[in-house]
Amino acid sequence: MSLLKVTNLNVHYGAIHALHDISLEVNEGEVVTLIGANGAGKTTTLHTISGLHKATSGSILLEEHDLMRTEPSKIITLGMAHVPEGRHVFAGMTVEENLLMGAFIHNREKGKIEEDLKSVYERFPRLKERCRQAAGTLSGGEQQMLAVGRALMSRPKILLMDEPSMGLSPLLVKEIFKIIEEVHKQGITILLVEQNAKMALSIADRAYVLETGRIKMSGDAKELLSNDDVRKAYLGV
Amino acid sequence: MSLFIQSLINGLNQGAIYALVALGYSMVYGIIRMINFAHGDFIMVGAYTLFYTIPLMVSMGMPAWLSVIIAILVCVIIGVAVEVIAYKPVRGAGSMSALITALAMSLFLENLALVLFGANPKAVPEIFSMPILNIAGIILPSKYIVTLIIGIVMMSGLAFFVKYTTLGQAMRAVPEDKQASTLVGINVNKIITVTFAIGSGLAAVASLMYCSTYPRCTTDMGSMLGLKAFIAAVLGGIGSIPGAMVGGIIVGLLEIFVKVYIAPGWYEAITYGILIVVLLVKPAGLLGKNVGEKV
Repeated sequence: MSLLKVTNLNVHYGAIHALHDISLEVNEGEVVTLIGANGAGKTTTLHTISGLHKATSGSILLEEHDLMRTEPSKIITLGMAHVPEGRHVFAGMTVEENLLMGAFIHNREKGKIEEDLKSVYERFPRLKERCRQAAGTLSGGEQQMLAVGRALMSRPKILLMDEPSMGLSPLLVKEIFKIIEEVHKQGITILLVEQNAKMALSIADRAYVLETGRIKMSGDAKELLSNDDVRKAYLGV
Repeated sequence: MSLFIQSLINGLNQGAIYALVALGYSMVYGIIRMINFAHGDFIMVGAYTLFYTIPLMVSMGMPAWLSVIIAILVCVIIGVAVEVIAYKPVRGAGSMSALITALAMSLFLENLALVLFGANPKAVPEIFSMPILNIAGIILPSKYIVTLIIGIVMMSGLAFFVKYTTLGQAMRAVPEDKQASTLVGINVNKIITVTFAIGSGLAAVASLMYCSTYPRCTTDMGSMLGLKAFIAAVLGGIGSIPGAMVGGIIVGLLEIFVKVYIAPGWYEAITYGILIVVLLVKPAGLLGKNVGEKV
């Protein structure tokens, strides 16, 4: 069953036509990845789905909710959380305050928040060690974990992740992908935007290849991983 | 010795007023990186509201302090209206447009007041008539104590609110990162409006405190007071709530001590001189965090 359905999405930045008739679908329980080069429109797609950028035309449905008619700050209450590119942690607030901000929409259910905080700390023991530290003083990998942890605090059905591996060492990239798989196993649907196409395709069920604002290819992730065009353009082989 | 204590009392009283006004500048700057030059004029609005409503309350047989509530309401309405009508439309247009709009709003409010209330200064009646204490030669008007208590209660209340309430947490999160704030479910525009409302409400309280020390209102009273409070906010570290309090108290104490001990005519020059020195040594202000502008 389709959880997120984007149909014929067009987005402009002023006179620049950034996305052309993008259509994509994410079914419940899937990991879907959106790969492509720099400037292909991956982040714009996620921003438009999350309401951070207004589309010119098209439709975005999360279950039966029309996201284009939803106030951006209300989207998270419908069960969709977004881990933005570049982490965007609240640098001056402590790690714990950051996590609590993730549960902003549950602010009247203290018991639920305590429980979620405990489970995030179990998943990321590093964050627990540093819970009183300002988020801006964390390393890149720790900030990425914090951004993921913060998103989980809202109890999402679907998680949008934008370049979680960006700027991380190869070892940390592996760790982040392991985390994505664990989050998925927990029953959360994932839409993953990545430049690291190889890693993304290896954990995804399905994939869309974006090129200069258009969907160039789509299909089973394992098939795309062995597709010659994809291998040449995105996997460097 | 008694002169020193006397100056200390006067300086703290003056400083508490600056601190409350500085808070308004700092909160707004903290959240949208804009200097709201009309903030000083909100104090003028508050003072005129007091001038007109105190006699009204008294003639209706109601307690005079009710006019403080009215002044707060009027200032909140004016503050929110200025934000929604004038500032919101230019928010995306860059900091220079915002600055010019704020200066224009300040001139607009002052001239509107001139048209509505006339150029003659008005004497604001006292709300509380309280005894002046004389302790071993030190003159201590008890309204100063009330002013100081109101100031401390307001500031610690605000600090508590920002630290521990959900709305306060959102008010801290928005200046850190607007995009992430939206993504965790904070309505950024609403938080900006709430910030203006609180800042303007504080301006009304500041006008009460100001009028109890200098019971006179003029249409341009806000510009000088606003300028000094703005300096206090910068001195303390603009954007920082404790910084605004510290900066306000320092500027108030400096003014009085320079007037008494050095030269009455020099107090502004010396206050601004110290500001320049502090900014040379600590560009972000005493309690400000030195962070690069986010893009």
